[in-house]
This record gives sequence, structure tokens and C-alpha cells, in this order.
Amino acid sequence: MQDSKLPLLLIHEVGGTRGVLEAHVPFLKKHFQLITMKEFLESKEYYCAQVQAIYSWWHKPVIDRELLKSLPNLKVISSAGVGTDHLDLKLISGFGVRIANTPHAVHSTTADIGMALLLAAARRLVEGCQIAVSPDTGYFSNNWLGEEVTGATLGIIGMGSIGYKIAQRARAFEMKILYHNRNRRKEDEEQAVGACYCGAIEDLLQQSDFVMLVVNLTPRTYKLIGKKELQLMKPTASLINISRGQVVDQDMLVEALQTGVIKSAAMDVTYPEPLPRDHPLLKLKNVIITPHVGIKTHKTTFMITEDAVSNVLAALNGLPMPSEVFPD
Amino acid sequence: MEENEHPYTLINVIGGTNGVYEDHVEFLEKHFKLITMKEFTENKQDLSHKIKAIFMWFHKPVVDRDLLQSLPNLKVIANCGVGVDHLDLKLISSFGVKVANTPFAVSNPTADLGMALMLASARRIVEGHQIAVSPDTKCFMADWLGEEINGATLGIIGMGTIGYKVAQRARAFEMNILYHNRNRRNEADEQAVGAVYCPKLEDLLQGSDFVILSVNLSPQTQKLIGRKELELMKPTATLINISRGQVVDQDALVNALKNGVIKAAALDVTYPEPLPRDHALLHLKNVIITPHLGSATSKARHLMMRNMVESILAGVSGLPVPNEVHV
Repeated sequence: MQDSKLPLLLIHEVGGTRGVLEAHVPFLKKHFQLITMKEFLESKEYYCAQVQAIYSWWHKPVIDRELLKSLPNLKVISSAGVGTDHLDLKLISGFGVRIANTPHAVHSTTADIGMALLLAAARRLVEGCQIAVSPDTGYFSNNWLGEEVTGATLGIIGMGSIGYKIAQRARAFEMKILYHNRNRRKEDEEQAVGACYCGAIEDLLQQSDFVMLVVNLTPRTYKLIGKKELQLMKPTASLINISRGQVVDQDMLVEALQTGVIKSAAMDVTYPEPLPRDHPLLKLKNVIITPHVGIKTHKTTFMITEDAVSNVLAALNGLPMPSEVFPD
Repeated sequence: MEENEHPYTLINVIGGTNGVYEDHVEFLEKHFKLITMKEFTENKQDLSHKIKAIFMWFHKPVVDRDLLQSLPNLKVIANCGVGVDHLDLKLISSFGVKVANTPFAVSNPTADLGMALMLASARRIVEGHQIAVSPDTKCFMADWLGEEINGATLGIIGMGTIGYKVAQRARAFEMNILYHNRNRRNEADEQAVGAVYCPKLEDLLQGSDFVILSVNLSPQTQKLIGRKELELMKPTATLINISRGQVVDQDALVNALKNGVIKAAALDVTYPEPLPRDHALLHLKNVIITPHLGSATSKARHLMMRNMVESILAGVSGLPVPNEVHV
């Protein structure tokens, strides 16, 4: 029987598609009494005044007005990962509830996936693996080629912490780095990675062999990459998306890939996830899609939970949270 | 003299899946009189004395004693790529013929591919793509996880040009780097990439989360990684091979992968290539194989061709041959 003096933490579920990872449960139970949405809904009246915190994992549980109204003593919502586009920050704040994310745990791991996708796209890794194991393969052609990464130009759109770590990695491949960001970085930061600022996104698009999207999803970045932007890119270029699916106009992307406006694309994110099974993106040979695995390693997911717990404990003790998020 | 300006150079074939690239021919014909094997065999009497060089593109034409004996004025063989394990260097040398390879043209794309394989394996890119596009996929499972690259330990076996470039790249991913090499690198080189020398291979194997092979194939490196070495590796470790298939005892590798002795493998090279279609390696879930893509970029292949042209031009003129391979 769990220690009932521990604060009550509401989660969506354990395991499954959107649940908190089973491997994390023992750690969580050291600090909290865990209650799932199912248990909560079955005994709402008993639990509602006791719930002080919610741990949002993979956008669940859904935080709406109804839920907020039913939890009078809710102090904090701790959201796994860095994106908070799934939360209505103004609404939540209006109820006097604090919000936290876990940005630091994700930077290196997400940068790793960005580079993994860039390399896989450039060298046609997924196609190559299919050839290597296909029952129809009789020999390897020597004329089956990819694009060179070393010395190529990488355009990073969004040079926050993750974008910067991508620049650090790309530099080791002797890539020429262009970047576009709301704000220009300091000179010493630019010099440390050899990054060249492009005030106009058009300049970045026209010169890059690889374009990597590393922005938050906001009204300003919604469909940031549309028909015009794709046409500005080189026909030999690859688009890599590790932001959110909605940053790209997906229909225009399909057209661009089908007609050779750009060479290939690799994306860890789409809209929706997963895509409908008849979506054209699933059938294109020059597309690599991964199932939103940006932060999905054993180590990082555990660090995210550790950070989330730190945020919750700070909030419950009336202390500043390590990574509090405020509405704009 | 005309013949020296456009030395007669033997090639296998132009075009198709394994011939000299059609878009390289214009440049080659600026410098050489190209003779295909077909033309040579049809006209041996006339051509055999004229041929001064062989442009060996992906191991063809095959150079054996018969061919060497039929080319009395052969001065140089330019081989594409860095590996010369398929050539009988002693035999060729005994005919007074020089051999050149193209080590520098391949080093960047091969190091890049080593990193691509390590990242793809750790983060399960190939499996992930299959899930993302599968007609059966309804949702993405939350507990589907990969291995961390940043902060992990990479053990590099073979720290030549390619191995060192791997180290430079891996360092930027915040990896710890161990290396094993015939000769220790100088301190400045080590410090520049934060690499720690392991004089004993065993120490590297026991300490690494990822082990990458970037050695030449030689009698010393044949089956360098066998049952003993695999058992020394961590059960959570991944083996990446960008050298030659024969550097690994393939049967021992299959066993190790089947029994969880190591976690996974990512191979750009096997023995033979391709593997027979019923080979166990093709059916293991924890293996990714690429069809020997180490130098497979247009840029690298173009540079290789240019390097080979330089070596041939020097060789037929009696000048020092760039990238000469000594026996």
C-alpha cells in the first residue's frame, strides 16, 4: 500500500501508446501517489480535491477546462519534452496552475536524431538496407549513389538550443552552416560553430544542400515551409524536419517530392501522427519517416521523468521551478 | 609523342551497372585512349604492346598472370578505392608494374557512412521507418526506445585516416572515444579528438558501447573480431563494420547476435557481397546491412577517377606515382 502522505500525481495511464513508461513507475512512486485517469474518473469525488499535480506524457491526459475545473487543488502540470503546443497555456494559467516542460533533457538527443536523419537521407540508407536484404538482389550496383555530407551546406532554421547542438555536430563533418532565427546569435557563438546568419530565409533556402527545421510550432511557424519555400530550395536538396509536422505544408511537400522540386525529405514528425495509411508520403521512395522518436531513448526518457519530478516537487514546495513555462 | 599524351589505357566496360561511369568518359578521353576488354581480346596482337595502364574500376578488369604477361609495356594499375586486398601485389610488382589506390577520395564519405550506420542502428531508423509506413500501423507505441549516442563510448579499431575522421565526428556528438591501432597517434592528435589509446584490444572491447572497425584487410586483421572478441564486448554494445567483411568471423557474429552476446550490428561490408539470400544475417532483426556504400557518392567517385588519372599519367611518364601502394 503506497504511503498516502505522498502528494497525488495524475497521469494518463501506464504503458500502452500514450502512457508513462512502466520502467519509470518505481521512481515516480518514491515521490508520489500515482493515479491514472481511469481510476480518477471512476472515483472523481474521492480524488478530485487531492490531485496536486499532473504529469503529461506524450500529450496525455488532455488538459481542458472541464478537467481544470474538477481539480481545485491542482498546482502544477509537468509536461514531458520541450514542446508545449498541445497545452492551452493561457487557460491553464487562468486557473492559477503552473506549467513546466523538460527542455534540457532533450537537446542532445533531438540533435542526434536530426543528424541521423540527415545522414540517412543523404546516403539513402533505408533504400540501401532494403537492397541489401531483398530476395531479388543478385549483385550490388556500383552506380547506386548518394550525396556527400562532408563539405556540404546545411541550413538550420531555428537556432535555439537544439539547433545549436546540430550546428556543433555538423561542423565536425566540415559542413558549411547557414542559419535563420528570430534573433541573431552572439558573434562568439556563431564563430564557435562557423555559422553564418541569414536574415532572409530565402538566402538560406537557395544555398543549402540540407535544410533542417528546428523551430517551435507557433502561429508564426505554422506552414513556414510551403510551395514558395520549397521552390527556392535546390533541386538536389533534402529537407529534414524534427520540429512539428505543421511547420511544413504537407501537400506542397508531396508535390515537391513527386516532381523533383527537391530531392528528398526525412521527417521525425508529420501531421497527424501517424499519417493515414493511404497518405502519399508513405509511398515515396525519396522519403524517410520515423515515428516521432526524437527523444525516445532509455536514457533521455528517464531524464525527462527525473526533470518533470523536480519541477513538480519544486512547485509543491512553493519554490521556483527549474523549467517553468509562461504563456506568451 | 602521341602515345604518351594519350596513353592506351585498359578498362573493363563503359556504363551498365558496374562499368566506368558514362559521365566520367569525357574527362578520361581527354587524357587516355580507352581500350575496353572486349576491344582488347578482339585485337590482342595489335593492342597488347600499346597498353601502358589499367584503369581498374571496382575490381575490373581482373588482373592475373595471364593478363600481365600479355601486356609487356604495362607501367601502372590505378585501382579505385583504398582497399587492395583483391590484388596480388607481389605478382604485379614482379612484372615491374606500379599500383596506385585512392585513399583520400574515400575517407570522408566512409567516415560519414560509419556515423550514419551507428546513428541508424542506435536510434532504430530502419525499423522506425518500417513502422511509420506499414499498412498495419495504427499508432506509435510510447515504450519504443533506442540507445543514446551522446555520452556513450565509441571504440575505434583502426585509427588511420578514416578512423580519425570518425573520431572527429563522434566527438561532436559528445561521445567518449577509445581507440586501438598498430601505432599510437601523437598526443596532439589524441587530444584534438579526446581519444584514449587502448594498447590492448580487450580493454577497448570491454569499455565500448559502440565498436567501429576501420582497419585494412590484411593477414593480421583477418577475423580480428571472432567469438572471443564478441564475448568481451558489452551485451548492450553494437558492432559497426566499414572495413571488409573478412575482418569479422561472420559465423561467430551470427551466433553472438542470436544469443544476445552483443546487442546489434550495422554492416556496410560482408563476405561475400552480396550475401547469399538465405544467409542468417539477412534475417536477424538486430542487424542493418548496407550494400557497400562507403564511397558511394557522386563527389567521391569523381574524385577517385581524377586521382586515378593523375596516378596513371605519372606512371606512364616515369614520374613518382601519387598514391602508390608499396608491397
